[in-house]
Amino acid sequence: MSSRRSRSRQSGGSRITDDQINDLVSKLQQVLPELRNRRSDKVSAARVLQETCNYIRNLHKEADDLSDRLSELLETTDGTSAQAEIIRSLLTQ
Amino acid sequence: MNPHPSSCSNGRSIRTRFARRFLRALKKIGSKGSSSRPSPRDISWRCRRVKIAADASMASAVGPRRVWSRTMLNMLRSRSHACLHASRLGNSRRPGADRHAVGKRKRLVLKRKLPNRLGLNQVNQLRRLVPGGEAMDLDILLDETAHYIKCLATQVKVMRSIVDYCSA
Repeated sequence: MSSRRSRSRQSGGSRITDDQINDLVSKLQQVLPELRNRRSDKVSAARVLQETCNYIRNLHKEADDLSDRLSELLETTDGTSAQAEIIRSLLTQ
Repeated sequence: MNPHPSSCSNGRSIRTRFARRFLRALKKIGSKGSSSRPSPRDISWRCRRVKIAADASMASAVGPRRVWSRTMLNMLRSRSHACLHASRLGNSRRPGADRHAVGKRKRLVLKRKLPNRLGLNQVNQLRRLVPGGEAMDLDILLDETAHYIKCLATQVKVMRSIVDYCSA
């Protein structure tokens, strides 16, 4: 798909503007629990990226640990009846 | 009106779609085990299946409208095909470890001029962490990363809820 490159750019260039980068970096900052309460002009872009990488690694590790735990639980739990209950409780959160 | 789903879709629907798929997959995995004592090999098989199910359920809940989820769906598809033909499944569970399966186009992307304040090192690290990140333009990478993180966080929340429920 060529649309990825062309739509929002200035004519003739594949140059990304600084403003675009700033917008995207502050959008990213909002997703990070460590940094989302700080003002975006107080946090450097490099810091946001570093925190982003750390956060993703943490999430990967948590997901792996939870998978381990779940595979243990699968031996002891009867999944069938619990399924509807789990969905119901998730939806009410 | 824009007929396409917006890029910031309803978080709750992603959570529900993920939960449904994942629970369905867990049920399937659970039913395959023997009721008598599982061998260590059974346990590690099951663990791997759960990890793959989590990734696959999230990628499928998001669908092909994001580069990262598309990449992950392709990777899972090609990995399952490889599994049928090869006797040995590699240990690379996370997208970052499976770089050779991602498209090799656009190597030049690393040489493009970056705003210095971003830090080339961090950007490269990010490219390896986000599925499909190696081939993305910088603005796409940042946008995809934000969505990827939201979905990962949702995945972890749901998995934690399931663990809590089953451990109670």
